[in-house]
Amino acid sequence: MSPGEVLAAGSSAASATETTAFWILAVLAVVAALGMIIARRAVHCAVLLAVVMLSLAVLYALQDAPFLAFVQVIVYTGAVLMLFLFVLMIVGVSSADSLVETIRGQRLAAGLVGIGLLVLLSLVIGHAALASDTAASASFGASNLNGLATLIFTRYVFPFEATSALLITAALGAMVLAHRERTSPKPTQRSLSKARMTSARPTPLPGPGTYARHNAVDMPALLPDGSPASLSVSPIIAARRAELSEGDTDLGQRDMRLAQGDTQFGPDDTGPDQGGTGPGEDGPTDAVPSSTGREDSRS
Amino acid sequence: MSTGHFVALAVILFVIGAVGVLVRRNAMVVFMCVELMLNAVNLAFVAFARMHGTLDGQVIAFFVMVVAAAEVVVGLAILMSIFRTRQSASVDDPNLLKY
Repeated sequence: MSPGEVLAAGSSAASATETTAFWILAVLAVVAALGMIIARRAVHCAVLLAVVMLSLAVLYALQDAPFLAFVQVIVYTGAVLMLFLFVLMIVGVSSADSLVETIRGQRLAAGLVGIGLLVLLSLVIGHAALASDTAASASFGASNLNGLATLIFTRYVFPFEATSALLITAALGAMVLAHRERTSPKPTQRSLSKARMTSARPTPLPGPGTYARHNAVDMPALLPDGSPASLSVSPIIAARRAELSEGDTDLGQRDMRLAQGDTQFGPDDTGPDQGGTGPGEDGPTDAVPSSTGREDSRS
Repeated sequence: MSTGHFVALAVILFVIGAVGVLVRRNAMVVFMCVELMLNAVNLAFVAFARMHGTLDGQVIAFFVMVVAAAEVVVGLAILMSIFRTRQSASVDDPNLLKY
């Protein structure tokens, strides 16, 4: 990131460096942009867009625009893409694009439109008289920031003020659009406690991994009879595990393995559990979840 | 490195973004493709600014960035409110005005 040094290093070496960097970055940007169209998951698209934006930032630095390069990294890659990722996490990461065409022949038509646009723009550029290379003026390179500031605050001062109004309006619009009115009164601690006491389960849910072979969060607790307590695992984790293992067969095998492990270490595991339920020395946290979990696994 | 190379790269990226807007169904990805098109135009602005030896192109690219940021903020807020009511981020689902 040194356009000033590049300029000072002599024209031939600078142009060779620039050519090499341009071809590497151009290929990288085009490949990442194509991947952004092709990738089915939206998160992959966001990461590939970050690659495109970072390579464009380096291209700006190559073209004697260091300020724009930094703004590209900070504002685009840092702020805009992070906003994209935040909204992506809210809207749903797993929402892959459907491959069904709702309009028949839409992809073909879009490809034809793209090719036509490419031909049209290439013809326009081919007919334009573009200067091959120009000597950099004094406002490029090291004094780029001063030149930009002079332009923004003299000739472009009214568009700049309009931009500030636009940003304030956009912030207000985002707040209005994303705001949600509360339709029910906010639950207080008293109402929450009442609802909990009048519900079927006033106690906390059983913790995962109790008396099982591991104490990971996705390992169901074992009941005194060796059967897994399904309530001890969060339903989100259970659904995720079922999705990963593609159905109930693997889950059933794992439960069977769990039961075998329990029979192997039977005296170690079931002993304290039954003892805990008897005199209640280990507190109600073990006894109550086990009994309720057993009811749940029976039902 | 001539200006033509940079403008050709900008054209290619712009066309890829346009095809992405036409093809993709997920509204988030459509937004990302719009961002790609804006970035391509910025690259062309910077290339032309260098060709002319003035800084006006860079200032306009700066304004394009600001407008793109505002557009993303409002667009993502609209997307979130649509997702809240329809539980979907696909551009095919909000079809209540059809027929």
